[in-house]
Amino acid sequence: MKTSFSFDIFANQPALPTLWFLIIGVFWVGYLILDTFDLGVGMLMSRFFARNEKERRLLLNTIGPLWDGNEVWLVTGGAAIFAAFPLWYASLFSALYIPLTLALVALIFRVVAIEYRGKKNDERWIKNWNIAIVLSSLFIALLVGALLALTTTGLPINAHQDRVGGPFVWATFPYIAFVLLGGLGLVGFSLAHGLAFIALKTDGEVRDRARTAFTKWVFVLVLPLVLWVLHMDFHGGNGFSWIFTVLAVIALVWAWISARGGREGRAFSGMALFVAFGTLAIFMALFPNVLPSTIDPAYSLTISNASGSEYTLGVMTWVGLGGLPFVLAYQTWTFWVFRKRLHVDHIPEAHDAYELAEMPNRTK
Amino acid sequence: MDPLAVGRWQFGITTVYHFFMVPLTLGLGMVVTFLYIRYLMTKKDEYKRMTKFWGKLYLINFAMGVATGLVQEFQFGMAWSEYSRFVGDVFGAPLAMEGMFAFFVESTFLGLWIFGWDRLKPKVHAFCLFMAVLGSWISAFFILVANSWMQHPVGVEMVDGRPRMTDIGAVIFNPTAWVTFPHVIFGAIQVAGGFLVGIAWYKLYRRRKDGIDSVKDGKVVIGDAGIGARDKTDYWVWWRSLRIGAIVGLIGFAGVGASGHLQAQLMIHEQPMKMAAAEAVCEDTTAFSVFTYMSPTASSCEDIHPVIEIPGVLSFLGHDNFDTKVPGIETLEPKYEEAFGSHLPNDEILGERAGQKINYVPPIFISYWGFRAMIGFGGIAALAHLYVLWFTRKKGTGTVPDSKLWSNTFIALIMAPFFGNAFGWIFTEMGRQPFVVVPNWEGDHAVKMFTAQAVSSGVDGYEILFSLITLGLIYGILMVVEVYLLKKYVKVGVAAAMPELVESPHDDEDKNTGSKRDVLEFAY
Repeated sequence: MKTSFSFDIFANQPALPTLWFLIIGVFWVGYLILDTFDLGVGMLMSRFFARNEKERRLLLNTIGPLWDGNEVWLVTGGAAIFAAFPLWYASLFSALYIPLTLALVALIFRVVAIEYRGKKNDERWIKNWNIAIVLSSLFIALLVGALLALTTTGLPINAHQDRVGGPFVWATFPYIAFVLLGGLGLVGFSLAHGLAFIALKTDGEVRDRARTAFTKWVFVLVLPLVLWVLHMDFHGGNGFSWIFTVLAVIALVWAWISARGGREGRAFSGMALFVAFGTLAIFMALFPNVLPSTIDPAYSLTISNASGSEYTLGVMTWVGLGGLPFVLAYQTWTFWVFRKRLHVDHIPEAHDAYELAEMPNRTK
Repeated sequence: MDPLAVGRWQFGITTVYHFFMVPLTLGLGMVVTFLYIRYLMTKKDEYKRMTKFWGKLYLINFAMGVATGLVQEFQFGMAWSEYSRFVGDVFGAPLAMEGMFAFFVESTFLGLWIFGWDRLKPKVHAFCLFMAVLGSWISAFFILVANSWMQHPVGVEMVDGRPRMTDIGAVIFNPTAWVTFPHVIFGAIQVAGGFLVGIAWYKLYRRRKDGIDSVKDGKVVIGDAGIGARDKTDYWVWWRSLRIGAIVGLIGFAGVGASGHLQAQLMIHEQPMKMAAAEAVCEDTTAFSVFTYMSPTASSCEDIHPVIEIPGVLSFLGHDNFDTKVPGIETLEPKYEEAFGSHLPNDEILGERAGQKINYVPPIFISYWGFRAMIGFGGIAALAHLYVLWFTRKKGTGTVPDSKLWSNTFIALIMAPFFGNAFGWIFTEMGRQPFVVVPNWEGDHAVKMFTAQAVSSGVDGYEILFSLITLGLIYGILMVVEVYLLKKYVKVGVAAAMPELVESPHDDEDKNTGSKRDVLEFAY
């Protein structure tokens, strides 16, 4: 497929599947804006950024009330694909069985590590769970990025919509290139977005360090993601994808200028807009495919041959319209409730439950 | 490697494991909400302590429920892509509704509750907890709507060989879902009751063993240990928890029984073969089997030997009278063959199973004993709760006996309702074999799917084996960790959830946090 600059991609396409393609895109935008910063914070809890235990706990507490709600965008996005494009769900997830299993392992470990890390005041316990948080955050970003890159660039899908080439076909050329591009794209962006978030949500030395690191490294970190977007633009791009690409670059530069000027709120918003426009560019270039076949374009899964029935999509539209405004409202409220910056001095001393059992009762 | 066999083990193990966390989340969440509202109404210190303590255990368990639930959302597509393709038009919708109306609510409001102590007004804060728990109940509802459609498909018509949804109302108001939902919810409530009873009993026993409480002239003398928040109020925390636990457990059991009876009456029409297998009935009968001998591999009537039966009781379970005969396997098999065919289709996707004869009898041993284990474990727990209810009838006059055996017994009994839940699911899912989508007798008989047709056609058996081993190992390790943490927090008791009740282990803490408490109430 060649690139073009035309804007008539939506002509002659069925209305409801097109709408749902866009809604799935919005789910990915939501996920990539929200969960990437907490994945980035998770990765930054390694010794490359955090200098001591208090700082690691500070970082963890910046995402404390938010990360679980952010992750739901991925889960609900997956379910929305199942509901709106069942054949896409079936082909993509069975084709990438092994990477997806690893992604689930990472997701499981992350939930448990975040919750259980502080439940025992023991150096080895904390260190091990900390490693689990760092690695699981890294692998979630890597594997989700790889999955998204492969569904946008294509897999060897046969006439029955099944993967050919064996369980590890994704690890062979050319697929591995897109695994790395998407994987590193999401890892790099998560780190940059995480730094922007830390600069926004903390105070003191950590805030300065995050902002400095952000301005210094942001362009390097987002490079794979930009390359992925450009690849999509040059292979099947159109007027919309190019416009979103330009907007993404503008948002990125704005984020960088804002961070340099010490405007952390704008820097974070700029990064959110960057990934939103970048994702939309990718989805516009993908349209009307959802999972291209690299064997024969005739086998590609598209919005027409992979979607649910008109009736189901209609029902789902009402579900989306009824649910999303509430989701956005109360998630925004959460961000508002926990809007204050945190400082290492806010982090209370850690103590073990067993220590408390031996302490004298406090008299009123 | 046969993907079907590995895939079934994989799905069964991950799902049953997940369902050890789920009922505790559903049931305990509601109990903690009740305790919190009680506290806001009465302002009694012990209710605050109970809210915080049981809330802590709730959260430790919640994390594991979320972690193992993630697998559930994706594995339909991974190992069961043929299933996903077949049912996608109707099955995906309730899952997406679950995400939209439950998961977001659950996770967001739970975050607000955990971190919102003293940051939100108490009523708003309690509302957040209520919403989080409501979210988990809504989640249970939608996933049961999805499951019930597999047990009893409605609201669809066949188009191009696949069911297409025509009526979302019929799917959501599927009568099967509406009797299954209360059954699951009451089962979860019973789990929560047993959890409270076992732990509260242990904590009261520890107070006696550690010499804090004693019994004089048949009345308890409540003491104060002076450390670890084990003061006089602490006694009331556990005494009230014990009694509330017994009441909650009995409400759960009563509800499970009533809804289970309704379920059986539906099942006898919708899935008569499951009922026949549950009772190991070969010839039509009215009798309930108390004990039937069979080998674990029993697959036909020749292997079944009824020993003790009570005439009439099975008819009551199924039909509310004592003489309507319940059809047995021998009557049902020809009916199934006539209605749904005797051989699997000659589809190349089925591999060597293509064209095979269909065995319509589910694993009899598992169905028969799974059904009895479900009822038996629930019943044992209910008897224990009944005893506790009687035992705690006079407020504040007693405590548990100074007996390790009694304490250990009640701790062990915590597991009974869990096992009841697990066996119930094993029974109902194994009992619908060989189908994954059981045909609706009154609907289009083409709307059905054999389990053999459902497994991913493009996935290798070794891939599924890889995930079975990986997830199995991780689940095993995490089970150890969760039980370790629950035990630790139970041993320490209220002080673990309310450090403010005891002196700080760090002299300098007040200096650091005192004035800044408003920024961060709860820190990881």
